[in-house]
Amino acid sequence: MKVLHLAAGQRHPVALTLNGQRRSAQAEPRMLLCDFLRHELQAYGVHVGCEHGVCGACTVMVDGRAVRSCTQYAVQADGTEIVSVEGLAAPGTLNELQRAFVKHHALQCGFCTPGILCSATHFLQKNPSPDEAQVRDMLSGHICRCTGYAAIVAAILDAASNLREKGS
Amino acid sequence: MEALALSRAAAIARGGRVLKPAPFDYYRPSSISEAVGLLDELREEAAILAGGMTLGPMLNLRMVRPRAVIDISRIPKLNAIVATSNIVVTGAGVVQCDALESDVVMRNIPLLSMALPWVGHFQTRNRGTLGGSVAHADPSAEIPLCLVVTGGSVVLQSKRRERRVRAQEFFLGALTTERRPDEMIVALEWPRAPADAGHAFEEIAQRHGDFAIAAAACQLRIDRSERLTALSLGLGGVESRPIAVDVKNFLGRPMRGAVSALADHVAASVNPMEDHSASADFRIALAKTLVERVLEKALVDAKSRWDRVP
Repeated sequence: MKVLHLAAGQRHPVALTLNGQRRSAQAEPRMLLCDFLRHELQAYGVHVGCEHGVCGACTVMVDGRAVRSCTQYAVQADGTEIVSVEGLAAPGTLNELQRAFVKHHALQCGFCTPGILCSATHFLQKNPSPDEAQVRDMLSGHICRCTGYAAIVAAILDAASNLREKGS
Repeated sequence: MEALALSRAAAIARGGRVLKPAPFDYYRPSSISEAVGLLDELREEAAILAGGMTLGPMLNLRMVRPRAVIDISRIPKLNAIVATSNIVVTGAGVVQCDALESDVVMRNIPLLSMALPWVGHFQTRNRGTLGGSVAHADPSAEIPLCLVVTGGSVVLQSKRRERRVRAQEFFLGALTTERRPDEMIVALEWPRAPADAGHAFEEIAQRHGDFAIAAAACQLRIDRSERLTALSLGLGGVESRPIAVDVKNFLGRPMRGAVSALADHVAASVNPMEDHSASADFRIALAKTLVERVLEKALVDAKSRWDRVP
């Protein structure tokens, strides 16, 4: 095997699967994955907040795991499968989790919401029957300055319960 | 994280647009030998990237400007967790959430299993690695503290040789370690905990998932009359590196009296840092409280194992 070397200051091809579609574009090694998803692949649901891994707004699922897209680089994501908020439900529709957010008024300005939805999706896959403390622990990785979190917690617990009913 | 917040404020004051890394060459080796070969050429000019939970922010904020970044996240050998007869070897690239869900870790390094939920958040544990936390050596980091308390070692590899450094000697100070520029951490070695040992981990942070103001970890063994037969006790976030407390005068003593005596001993012997989040006196008070808590909890844990150990 040969070491992959991508030179600074030049753009290199990056190919990945975004929301089920094969996509490719060019990126310098230093381009953040979140910027690549927004500016090269037009996934504007990826919100960019703190750009150093603290606020959680840019959270997407990479190979099934909810992770920050601002603390990894586009070239690292070559060959991965990414799901952003746009991929959670068919265009024009809302899934169970999103409907629960509407029902419980779990967003106001909506800046943090796409990241929280991606996190909650992965979280509920791992833990379909969370208690409130576990939901709050997961949410500690996101900053929301509008809601005070209570409605978000209620929405996630409600969605979990609805998803369990559907599944059974 | 406060340092980052301050540098961010300074960056904005300078006109913004600097929350992006300076240009770097990107290398992605597919084996350890390729990675150490690169390090041998590039040395101080290279930064090793794994999960990016610390290097990512530092690059984005231009607190570091390496000429080259070596991405070791696609070296399969670094992701293994292997138990031998007396140790567990965790590859440097083992992702924190995988360690948290590992039965091998839970059975053999219970202290690490207890500490991992305190490491960052769900979303950062999904990407951050064990080796990355050890390499970064934040004074308050949980994984380095566990490695010190369990008596573990860091395995370092250069082009020329492999060497082991005991965790107690590996951490030299804040963000400073024994690692030389041509070496990379390839694995951590954890002694397997005795089946009858009790463990506990506790920390105090402003918010769960933030950097600990102080943390304490403990592994102990007792006999049936609750006398201490073995004890390892450590503190994180108090001094500039994780420290092991000298406990030799307490072995053989009954646990009951030892708890408060150990807390007093810790309070008298530590040399705490002072920063925006805590004064030296407050850190001593926290250390004392946390030491009492981990000793009490580890005692309960050890007693609960009496029924299970033959």
